[in-house]
Amino acid sequence: MKRKYRFINHIADVGIKVYGSSCNELFRNGALALYDLLVDISTVLPKEEHKITVQGEDLTDLWVNFLREALSLFHIEKVVCCNCYVAVINTGYGEAIMYGETLDLNRHRLKQEIKAVTYHQAYVKKTSTYWVGQVIFDV
Amino acid sequence: MSKEKPALKRIDDYRWEVPQTGGMRVRGLIYASEKLLKESGAEGVEQVINVAHLPGIVKYALAMPDMHWGYGFPIGGVAAFDLDTGVVSPGGVGYDINCGCRLMLTALTLADIENRLSQLVVDLFRDIPSGVGSTGEMRLSIEEEKKVLKKGARWAVEQGFGTAEDLEATEDGGVMDFADPERVSQKALERGREQLGTLGSGNHFLEIEVVEQIFDTSVARAFGIEEGQIAIMIHSGSRGLGYQICDDYLATLIKHMNKIGLSVPDRQLACAFIKSPEGQDYLAAMACAANFAWANRQMLMHFTKESLCRSLGISPRTLGMRLLYDVCHNIAKIERFPVGGKELPLCVHRKGATRAFPPGHPQVPNRYRSVGQPVLIPGDMGTGSYVLVGTNRAFEESFGSTCHGAGRVLSRAQATKKSKGRSIEKEMAERGILVMAAGKGTLREEMPEAYKNLDAVVEVVHQAGISQKVARLRTVGCIKG
Repeated sequence: MKRKYRFINHIADVGIKVYGSSCNELFRNGALALYDLLVDISTVLPKEEHKITVQGEDLTDLWVNFLREALSLFHIEKVVCCNCYVAVINTGYGEAIMYGETLDLNRHRLKQEIKAVTYHQAYVKKTSTYWVGQVIFDV
Repeated sequence: MSKEKPALKRIDDYRWEVPQTGGMRVRGLIYASEKLLKESGAEGVEQVINVAHLPGIVKYALAMPDMHWGYGFPIGGVAAFDLDTGVVSPGGVGYDINCGCRLMLTALTLADIENRLSQLVVDLFRDIPSGVGSTGEMRLSIEEEKKVLKKGARWAVEQGFGTAEDLEATEDGGVMDFADPERVSQKALERGREQLGTLGSGNHFLEIEVVEQIFDTSVARAFGIEEGQIAIMIHSGSRGLGYQICDDYLATLIKHMNKIGLSVPDRQLACAFIKSPEGQDYLAAMACAANFAWANRQMLMHFTKESLCRSLGISPRTLGMRLLYDVCHNIAKIERFPVGGKELPLCVHRKGATRAFPPGHPQVPNRYRSVGQPVLIPGDMGTGSYVLVGTNRAFEESFGSTCHGAGRVLSRAQATKKSKGRSIEKEMAERGILVMAAGKGTLREEMPEAYKNLDAVVEVVHQAGISQKVARLRTVGCIKG
């Protein structure tokens, strides 16, 4: 995989199209893309670990819920992340560790607000050689 | 997304019917001129069709002339549901629950502030917290926050941020009494507790405006609006608390729909029957966010009053600020409307649509009851605003609803691209509008060309008779998140 993700434009909002050689890698790259939209990721150090666990009705629901949990770290714990290790992804359950540190506005430059992860045009699929997923954020 | 190609039937110059086809339970009705309809694109129309699929929808799925694509429901969408057979949908309210407007009139004229304008904008920008993730001076305990969620603007007034008179000039008196903080997640409470008394980012703003034109002198007199008068418009909502409540209930209701075997054309339309425990829980949580937003705008008004007095070195009496009205444009309400010769209680969803109640309606404040409810329509950044008044036609035809603003035509990225090499701040200044923004990209994303023409949108609702023009205000100063 050359490219991990790209940003896509939507009428009122912003989305990500994400790639991965495995489903786990797809989810990892999705979390990185999310934080790359939020903050200048090069200024973030992996000082803390935060475990996230999610459930979903199907793989797409799990994908959306996973990104929701990743975003929650920022909104609730005031943590910015720069890396992610995905341990388990099944259809209905996922487990990952997010690496980052507490938001410090003197060092971290916030790029834009992301209000929420939406279901609009959200999907996860496997092509013959790689995994691809998409999601649109309400910004 | 629904597959059928939307074919529209023209009813008159300002009304278009979306015929009932496939799984639609009712038809669609769109208020628009031919030009605005073209600008809205096919996606908005498809969303009107999707909404018409929902169980228990009454009469038709409506869209206002500022319609554009939204999550689930279109922005500018209105739909009413039968209480026994109908549903409530977080996607029909939106992420920013009780996003709305508040217009304050003052005793000042443009001549009184013209020389001090740039300092006024700088001072307001300093005194009103705004921008991405902005936090207020107040960090509430969870216990105190729950009181805000329960009491709404009344809580703010009890804390000294305003007077009981302000509550009378607020939709629903600034509080939905069925709010239950126990239906709100810890996450939502956590996101909200530092954000009370903050403007937010994106399209939220505070503007200094001057009344430039009066269309209806007798209604304007009843509202206390005069030509040349300075007014302040605040556009803000329930901040992170509302976004989180919407998000939490979308996830819950998707599971719930799977469990009861209810399917809808788009996951963002996730819903529950109004009378089910899940539907009642959402309404009780939504009401908490609505109350938070009313308390928020009440506090922002108070901060504005203090800032203006300090900056101009005048007393509150000389400033003479009073609240004309506060309306929400993202909400679900239980209200009574005529259906087939009877008046029935319905669950009305207004997503990017404003209530427009007629003269004589008991929910219109006493002081305006003889003329009708004030309707506040903010424009895009720097365009100014309209004050309209509610009508009987709106009550009978559009579930007492009208448009809410200008509506986007360019995506944020398109606007950023189009504004490359230009200084939007300078362009605004050349038009006599001073702007300060917290976010670096906000001015580009929110530039006037990104929106439909406000005058054209308002003309449609005026000509269609679902509200009447009272006054137009021009922006002279603006602070953005």
